[in-house]
Amino acid sequence: MIKLFKVKEKQRENAGNADGRAPVKKQSAGELRLHRDISELNLPKTCSISFPNGKDDLMNFEVTVRPDEGYYLGGTFIFSFQVSPVYPHEPPKVKCKTKVYHPNIDLEGNVCLNILREDWKPVLNINTIIYGLFHLFTQPNHEDPLNHDAAAVLRDNPKLFESNVRRAMAGGYVGQTLFTRCM
Amino acid sequence: MAEAASTPSKSRDLDKLLLRPGNLVDPNFEPGTELRLALQEQVKVLVVGAGGLGCELLKDLALSGFKNLEVIDMDRIEVTNLNRQFLFRLEDVGKPKAEVAAKRVMERVKGVNIVPHFCRIEEKDNEFYSDFHIIALGLDSIEARSYINAVACSFLEYDSDDNPREETATPMVDGGTEGFKGHARVIKPGFTPCFECTIWLFPPQVKFPLCTLAETPRNAPHCIEYAHLIKWNEVHGGKAFDPDNSDHMKWVYDEAVKRAELFGIPGVTYSLTQGVVKNIIPAIASTNAIISAACALETLKIVSGCSKTLSNYLTYNGVEGLHTKVTEFVRDKDCLVCGPGVLVELDTTVTLQKFIDMLEEHPKLLMSKASIRYRGKNLYMQAPPVLEEMTRSNLSLPLYDLMDKVPKDILHATGTINKDNKKSSGLRKLRVVFKGIDGVTDMDMAGGA
Repeated sequence: MIKLFKVKEKQRENAGNADGRAPVKKQSAGELRLHRDISELNLPKTCSISFPNGKDDLMNFEVTVRPDEGYYLGGTFIFSFQVSPVYPHEPPKVKCKTKVYHPNIDLEGNVCLNILREDWKPVLNINTIIYGLFHLFTQPNHEDPLNHDAAAVLRDNPKLFESNVRRAMAGGYVGQTLFTRCM
Repeated sequence: MAEAASTPSKSRDLDKLLLRPGNLVDPNFEPGTELRLALQEQVKVLVVGAGGLGCELLKDLALSGFKNLEVIDMDRIEVTNLNRQFLFRLEDVGKPKAEVAAKRVMERVKGVNIVPHFCRIEEKDNEFYSDFHIIALGLDSIEARSYINAVACSFLEYDSDDNPREETATPMVDGGTEGFKGHARVIKPGFTPCFECTIWLFPPQVKFPLCTLAETPRNAPHCIEYAHLIKWNEVHGGKAFDPDNSDHMKWVYDEAVKRAELFGIPGVTYSLTQGVVKNIIPAIASTNAIISAACALETLKIVSGCSKTLSNYLTYNGVEGLHTKVTEFVRDKDCLVCGPGVLVELDTTVTLQKFIDMLEEHPKLLMSKASIRYRGKNLYMQAPPVLEEMTRSNLSLPLYDLMDKVPKDILHATGTINKDNKKSSGLRKLRVVFKGIDGVTDMDMAGGA
């Protein structure tokens, strides 16, 4: 028989002690790994991070991208990150909260970035994702379209694409779609 | 008379294991009727999950002589469960699984007492879980396993030489199945790898590129995921998709059918839609029975010591013929969940700043620029600037105060490790003990409990 019984009583006391105070939220392994990612962030100057729920909730945060070159120069784009307790086994859920005219981001904020889905690996981290998002604005890619129309325009008529982006960022219509100003 | 005659026969097979000595037994094994009695009267087993595996586990454990069982499950019975979750009947649909399962097993196995808990595992506190001698897991998610593992590992204590104290380890037996495949494993925190040590064993979920879904769907799952991930938000805006809501599921199915017709793709059905969206692999009753039997046997072996236990991970594959294999995985010595962490002894006056400086000198850590997290609170963050600013004022406070004046506890530090002139980033578990306040501890314990 394993030494079960001699100690169970004592252990119960200890459990009572350690958590005798207000019940504490369990620390998931994902949270700890995220703590490391966040404390080691090394962001490009075009990107910043904020924590809407205060300093202790790292699992939900926002990243703001302000491209300093390319079609999206001068715009401000906000992404929400939701991180699972089993991170990095699963990638974070990332959405673009700013409505944007972009071939790889649809009007609902879904983002087509390979490392957010099919190419996610636990060795990647939050920093990699943020660089990936930044990259989407400097190098929009018509080969992986989520916004079909924007991708077609970028491919066939970059000049028109450029003026569409400017119009969208200024808070105007592109086709039937009204965008909110984000510059 | 019939009663009396049936009593010995009921534990006849069990007696062969528990009443006789053997060669493969645990060193602590003491065969005899006392052991049998203790097993029946004193041992408390928690079964986590009352689904496919949970039903089997409860039945197997009850028939193995365990009399004090509890079961926890947050789900209600659905009609699709009935083919394999054999404790449930058509009239039970909609009722809590834990309650019905407990009731049915108690009806069939005389003398067993099963306490059901119809709630989420997170709703129970540590005290609840610490009450059990062993925990059997019949779960279908990594997240839930990881949670219970963390709870069980939190009971483990290490001595000052970093050796695990065996009597504080709450063993777990974990089963899992996917179609014709399954696993059964024994986790004894501090001695065998915990769930987190080997989380890499789980294959990553298949995720299709969003642009493939949006642009070039090639098969039925692509059409379903398009409806689920893209079309739903387009039409329903902020409303969250609920996989357990049949109206939502029907909507996704209808949209997936339209999508499939547009691209000439066959094979979208309602059950495939459910499968893809909820990431379900068809459950096979026989796999559950086999895996659960292995788990119940391991539970009996661990508790009684009547035989050596599985060491430590059994895989079963019944896809073609039958293949089973036992692999002995090893612990991750730096595991943040079950590992000892690094012992740090401190005076109660040490400030957070001083503590962070000390980590740089500590021979087992050599960690510079440490960020410190304690029980879900960031005490100090080196980066990003926004968090550094919010936590800076803590630096001048005593760590003892920041840790709510507990005499000892775990905290975590992330920083740069300087080992052999090489710098690498590291995340470490620290066992902080404050010197000279043991007396206070006992008083606190009495007050808090």
